[in-house]
Amino acid sequence: MFDITRRGLLKGTAGTAASLVAAGLAASPKAFADDDEIVIASIFDQSGGLDIYGTPMTQTCELAVEEINAAGGLLGKKIRLIKYDPQSNMELYAQYAQEAALKERVDLVHGAITSASREVIRPILRRFQTLLWYSVIYEGGVCDINNFVSGVTAVQWVKPMADYGFKTHGKRCYYIGADYNAPQIIGKWTEKFAGEQGAEVLTKDFFPLDVAEFGPAIAKIQEAKPDWLSTCLVGAAHTGFYRQWYAAGMLNEIPIVSVTFGVGNEHVQLSAEEGNGIVSAQPYFQELQLPANVDFVKRYQERFGDDAQYLNSVGIGGYLGTMLWSLGVKAAGSIEREDVIAALRSGDIAWDGPAGHMVVDPVTNHVIQDMHMAECQNQTWNIFESYSQLYPSDVIDRCDLTKDPDMNAHLEPII
Amino acid sequence: MDTAALLIIEVLNGIASLALACAGLAIIFGMMRVINFAHGEFMMLGAYTTVVCTKTLGINIWISMLIISPIIVGIIGIIVERTFIRFFYGRMIDTLIATWGLSLLLIGIVTAIFGNIIEGVSAPMGSFEVGVYNVSQYRMVLIGIVILLFIGVFMVLTRTKLGLIARGTMQNPAQASVLGISTQRVYMVTFAVGAALTGLAGGLLAPISQVIPTAGAAYVAQTFITVITGGTGAVTGTLVASGVFGTVRQLLSYEFTPVLGGVGLLIVAVVMLRLLPQGITGKIFRRSL
Repeated sequence: MFDITRRGLLKGTAGTAASLVAAGLAASPKAFADDDEIVIASIFDQSGGLDIYGTPMTQTCELAVEEINAAGGLLGKKIRLIKYDPQSNMELYAQYAQEAALKERVDLVHGAITSASREVIRPILRRFQTLLWYSVIYEGGVCDINNFVSGVTAVQWVKPMADYGFKTHGKRCYYIGADYNAPQIIGKWTEKFAGEQGAEVLTKDFFPLDVAEFGPAIAKIQEAKPDWLSTCLVGAAHTGFYRQWYAAGMLNEIPIVSVTFGVGNEHVQLSAEEGNGIVSAQPYFQELQLPANVDFVKRYQERFGDDAQYLNSVGIGGYLGTMLWSLGVKAAGSIEREDVIAALRSGDIAWDGPAGHMVVDPVTNHVIQDMHMAECQNQTWNIFESYSQLYPSDVIDRCDLTKDPDMNAHLEPII
Repeated sequence: MDTAALLIIEVLNGIASLALACAGLAIIFGMMRVINFAHGEFMMLGAYTTVVCTKTLGINIWISMLIISPIIVGIIGIIVERTFIRFFYGRMIDTLIATWGLSLLLIGIVTAIFGNIIEGVSAPMGSFEVGVYNVSQYRMVLIGIVILLFIGVFMVLTRTKLGLIARGTMQNPAQASVLGISTQRVYMVTFAVGAALTGLAGGLLAPISQVIPTAGAAYVAQTFITVITGGTGAVTGTLVASGVFGTVRQLLSYEFTPVLGGVGLLIVAVVMLRLLPQGITGKIFRRSL
């Protein structure tokens, strides 16, 4: 079938080598950006399993850049956005982060969706001294002066839900989540918050991302008879859980307070009756009735037309992060990394955007922001309680970047 | 007591959904010896047919699942068989690669049309109570449908002339053609029936699973393992193997995690194939179908 001869192999290898060299030569003259523009990179998965998150994030990041440019740019320069698509593949994350830092010499990398991908690019960008902005809701704990985080942490995001569940439904909670680091760490946080309330997490069950059959899990949950169910399910396959939960007639039997329901737009993909009554807390809902948000949603929908998606707390991240960073650059009056970091950490960076008031916190490099508790009804979110200006205090006992700026860690809760 | 009842229902459910997913493959691979790597994608097409019929066209869900899905996927089966499967009969490895390509093609086409997003329909009917527990009525109906389906396939193969011709052709095509049977047509019809059963499975499983272009990938490995372990008697073997694997998987998933359920299934499959290299029906139930 395949005739491998020595001559053929040599020819092939030589050809490949030559084309590689040619590609390298062709690429190298373009290594430096023009002086009249600021170059930033976005790295969000626009294809593969995570595209439901990455596509809107890239759109909102693009919209932020366009709006900044329309308003005269930054420091008199236009921003040029390089959009990388790592295709839900960790190796491509590493490759693009290096390319952005070394070849394109960007001033900011705005990227990563899962915590796993962030932990791939964070050390790379720290090593190559390129600023990283991470804007996805996550389990908290990143402590790195080179990495600003506008996504909420466990204390800002999971604690209000845990407190609500334990107070409203009862002291016995059952936790299910996807089987990777973020849901596992969020499970630990849930246990910690339970302990503070004198409540308990009966069982924590984790499911690989490709599990779509939840029959035994539903039987097990029924047998444990918890007061409420906390879910941290992720991805397309896990959506089947809510469908099967409804089919088993459980939706009105054991209430669900979900960390992740809605951030993949599950509430519009499932039918209305399958999602009715599920409660979640998020720092942003498209339904937020702030004037800044009503206007923003209109601008977003006009800009992207049919490609516009329902905006959730993950999708909006591309906009929020880019805008907060631009405030830091303006305040610094410089695009140098050290100056921008210092300005962002001054404690003076505050902004009223679509998600309400946001303040960059110098101790943690995270963002102080609002949180809203909502119930899903007929495929929309009805906000019934809001928490103002929550502080990301998760690991503040171990992480103080003002005292220890060289700290570089991803910390977990101590139970 | 209630827990035991709940667990038995869960196990029956697991067996039924596995047997259902395998039914079409038992015909196409078990009987015809065609390695159809696009089996999962045929299921995915059946699921999409049900979703489109119920959600977009507003057709009754039972008609969509039980009639339209198998017909549409059956027709696709005929087209696929005529355009390229028929050139690969008797060439197992080539068929494997060709149908793998077909599976990628189908995923690509469906992604282009519907996008890489989750679709789905709600399960019809409500739930009922087993003691203090709630169980989905639809899942119980599913068990009934699978029992009827296998009885039907068995009856057609053993009690009708059509079944006799199909079995004869698969066993000895040369002899069959000498007796005046158009083997080409028998192959085509058999493949179409297998595809239709697969489409039916996709439609029936749509309300309890997620429907995305790549949904088929989850089924390929387990269905092939089940049919191979079943052995030469495609129908009986598949049913027995589904019984063993479904029980092991559901019990381990219930007691531990779905990961261990999947691992347990594979371990049992390896052990069984070591002890019964010809499959279950190679040793016991030898005269079965």
